[in-house]
Amino acid sequence: MSQRVGWTLAGAVPLAFLGVFFAWPVATLIGWGFFPDGQFTLSGFTQVFADDRTWRVIGTTLAQAAAGTITAVLLGVPGAWVLYRTRFPGRWLVRAIVTIPFVLPSVVVGVAFKSLVIATGPLGHLGLDQSFGIIVASLVFFNYALVVRTVGALWASLDPRTEQAASVLGASPTRVFWTITLPALAPAIASAAALVFLFCASAYGVVMVLGGAGYGTIETEIWFLTTQLLDLTGAAALSIVQLVVVGASLILANHLQARQARSQRLRTDSSVESPWHPRRDALPTLLTATVVLGLLVFPMSTLVVRSLTTASGIGLDHYANLLTTLPDAVANSLRTATLATVLALVLGLLVSLVVSRRPRNALGRRGLALLDATFMLPLGVSAVTVGFGFLITLNRPPLDLRSSMILIPIAQAIVALPLVVRVLLPVLRAIDPRLREAAAVLGASPGKVLRDVDLAFLGRGLGLATGFAFATSLGEFGATSFLARPDEQTLPVVVFRLIGRPGLENQGMGMAAAVLLAVGCALVMAVAERMRPEEATTW
Amino acid sequence: MVNDNGALGVHDVVVRYRTSAGDQRHTTPSKRPIITWVPPKRPAPGDVRTVTAVDGVSLDAAPGEVVALLGASGSGKSSLLRAIAGLEPLAGGSITWAGRDLAGTPTHKRNFGMMFQEPALFPSLTVGKNVAYGLHKTPRGRRGEVVDRFLELVGLPGYQERKTTELSGGQAQRVALARALAPVPRLLLLDEPLSALDRGLREHLVEVLGEVLRRTGTTAVHVTHDQDEAFALADRVAIMADGTLLQVDTPRNLWRHPVSGEVATFLGYSTFLSQTDADALGLGHLTADPAVALGPESPVADPNGVQLQVRQQKPRRGYVQVTVLLPSGAKAELRVPEKIGTATVGVRTDADSVAVVS
Repeated sequence: MSQRVGWTLAGAVPLAFLGVFFAWPVATLIGWGFFPDGQFTLSGFTQVFADDRTWRVIGTTLAQAAAGTITAVLLGVPGAWVLYRTRFPGRWLVRAIVTIPFVLPSVVVGVAFKSLVIATGPLGHLGLDQSFGIIVASLVFFNYALVVRTVGALWASLDPRTEQAASVLGASPTRVFWTITLPALAPAIASAAALVFLFCASAYGVVMVLGGAGYGTIETEIWFLTTQLLDLTGAAALSIVQLVVVGASLILANHLQARQARSQRLRTDSSVESPWHPRRDALPTLLTATVVLGLLVFPMSTLVVRSLTTASGIGLDHYANLLTTLPDAVANSLRTATLATVLALVLGLLVSLVVSRRPRNALGRRGLALLDATFMLPLGVSAVTVGFGFLITLNRPPLDLRSSMILIPIAQAIVALPLVVRVLLPVLRAIDPRLREAAAVLGASPGKVLRDVDLAFLGRGLGLATGFAFATSLGEFGATSFLARPDEQTLPVVVFRLIGRPGLENQGMGMAAAVLLAVGCALVMAVAERMRPEEATTW
Repeated sequence: MVNDNGALGVHDVVVRYRTSAGDQRHTTPSKRPIITWVPPKRPAPGDVRTVTAVDGVSLDAAPGEVVALLGASGSGKSSLLRAIAGLEPLAGGSITWAGRDLAGTPTHKRNFGMMFQEPALFPSLTVGKNVAYGLHKTPRGRRGEVVDRFLELVGLPGYQERKTTELSGGQAQRVALARALAPVPRLLLLDEPLSALDRGLREHLVEVLGEVLRRTGTTAVHVTHDQDEAFALADRVAIMADGTLLQVDTPRNLWRHPVSGEVATFLGYSTFLSQTDADALGLGHLTADPAVALGPESPVADPNGVQLQVRQQKPRRGYVQVTVLLPSGAKAELRVPEKIGTATVGVRTDADSVAVVS
């Protein structure tokens, strides 16, 4: 009996947290859209949708997401071939380079591309600043790794005998690709595409940095309506539209991912990689090399070079300036991220432990499945919505946290929580239930079983989960940009403000801050990945 | 040596693999969250090594002949088969068809058929489309008719519109056979196609396969580790171990005259006799030592035979396995219907189950 009370409590604490700091703000936000004056009305919507600007914004969002997704898939599939099916010296380095963009904070990516196209940048003469093209390019930069890794992982595990059977039957390599390989890869491509679409449609930091005044997506428009026009009803209506778009692509992505997991039963112990072959691999390799050098390395290195370029030559002046004028931002970022990490870890641990139980009755199992899904919800709600929701709910009694600096870590923890659960849960589920049974038969009390079996295993996933939570919190911009007050800024917010100001000094400092942020996030993730538990990959 | 008038010629073929344990992490698929990357794990020295799977093998097959490649797992038989198909590059030697070197002919232009251990059916296509896959040279209008004919040949008429996921393991493997045979390949390569199936089904499919091969007159190379399967299907059996061929002969010659103790052991001979034992059992003078091997069905109990000491009796399903002590101290096993109450038992050897190892 006391056991059940304990487990219920362990589930109730994170649930209450999610309720207060996620469900309530989002629900209030939806309420504002439908009940602006306490009465149910669609006037907020009609007003917003009567405006041409709204339709332009929605159109831009969808066009940007579609263009980003199609480009990422077209470039990513050949990349998956080169990086997962051929063998060549230095492949690990190329794989690492491809992966870096994905762990970079969105503001950093925006600034890196900005550094290319501003008037003094290497591509300044092309007039791409604030253009649709450069935003799509930066979105592809972000999501290329996602396509390469998702498709590559499946490609590497495809049973080679199916393709060999086709080849023995007389099919040319081209025919094998179109009739056998591509249909087999389709689930991975589709699930990657759905996720990329989701990320492109909800991109915020990149668009804020690169887009400028004339360019708006749903996310930036919510920011614009809230902070510039103070039109909260309109912002709420747009947030609901965004919820629908994001929710739909998330459901689609989940569905396609489940399908991919099912189709992965074709596996083989024989290695499917083959040495690099000039005639077969030249074209995809050329394309991949162009993408890696032109789209990935070029912006990142330009950012680094420009952060080191001073009025008088090359030097660390911008970094020194940054640390003397804004020492608080760095310390503040670290403090906020640490706090958010602790919050996300404690909650994530409780959620994972509860969800990994195997209750005997169907009701219990269904309850846990529901709980599992509930804690994935923040993934589907854009960070801007979370930030905006905080702004309108937690600023007055019963809970007035507007003046408290705890609000930012809480928002970041909400964003990081699903990632923590996704790392810890597979580790717990991978534990052979017989291990717990064996411990119990040997006389261990339920508490001891929990400590000696579950927590002992969990230790291995903790490193990766910590890294995830910390890197995510450190780079978080969407929610933070709503909540950060001038006296307690974080690095991403500083980068954004500096880069928007005129003058070489500000720009240089902004780029230096971006480089610091990028190095920090990349280092944290690299260390965390070293601690990746085997269970996280083989469950 | 190898004669080039036949169909298939394999000349001093060498196949090497590069294995690297360090790469394992990258190639294993995962359900990990997508938003991560795995840092490279440098292969430790010794992780990357070259394995010679096939080490200078020569073999031929005449038109219509079925040659079995028999060997334990890891003996290199599958590698040789894959090399013949053009799926593995040759590190040495050559593979010819009717005397012509196939080095420049890619797999899809060799006009061979192949069956794998798993059916490897194309999951995106129906059964009928799977069988029709290799028929791109057949006029479109005639393909349906060919598919019908081959599905009937393997005992699955009317399965054209089925999905591959609706098939049982045995049905899927029969579809794979139909798919391999439909383009009328000049050579059929069978890579343990029956080993993943349970025993009853395997025995049934051996019959189906033998019948189909005979009726279509297909030249075939059949890789297996199952002695009974090899003996049931093949005109000639090649015994392979550690990348080399130990002996190539007809099933009967192989059984009666294994060239070495290793071959004899692999065929199931368990006891090798010394001169003392041969004398005791009345087998006469031996030319080499050990030169006579007792097969699994020999010796047999016979009250009039040589009396040997009983060391151990193990009850089995339907019989008792008795271990007897030969005069030299070696042990031999025989089957009796019931436990023996005496300390010795009369034994004679069955001539059909004694091999002279030359």
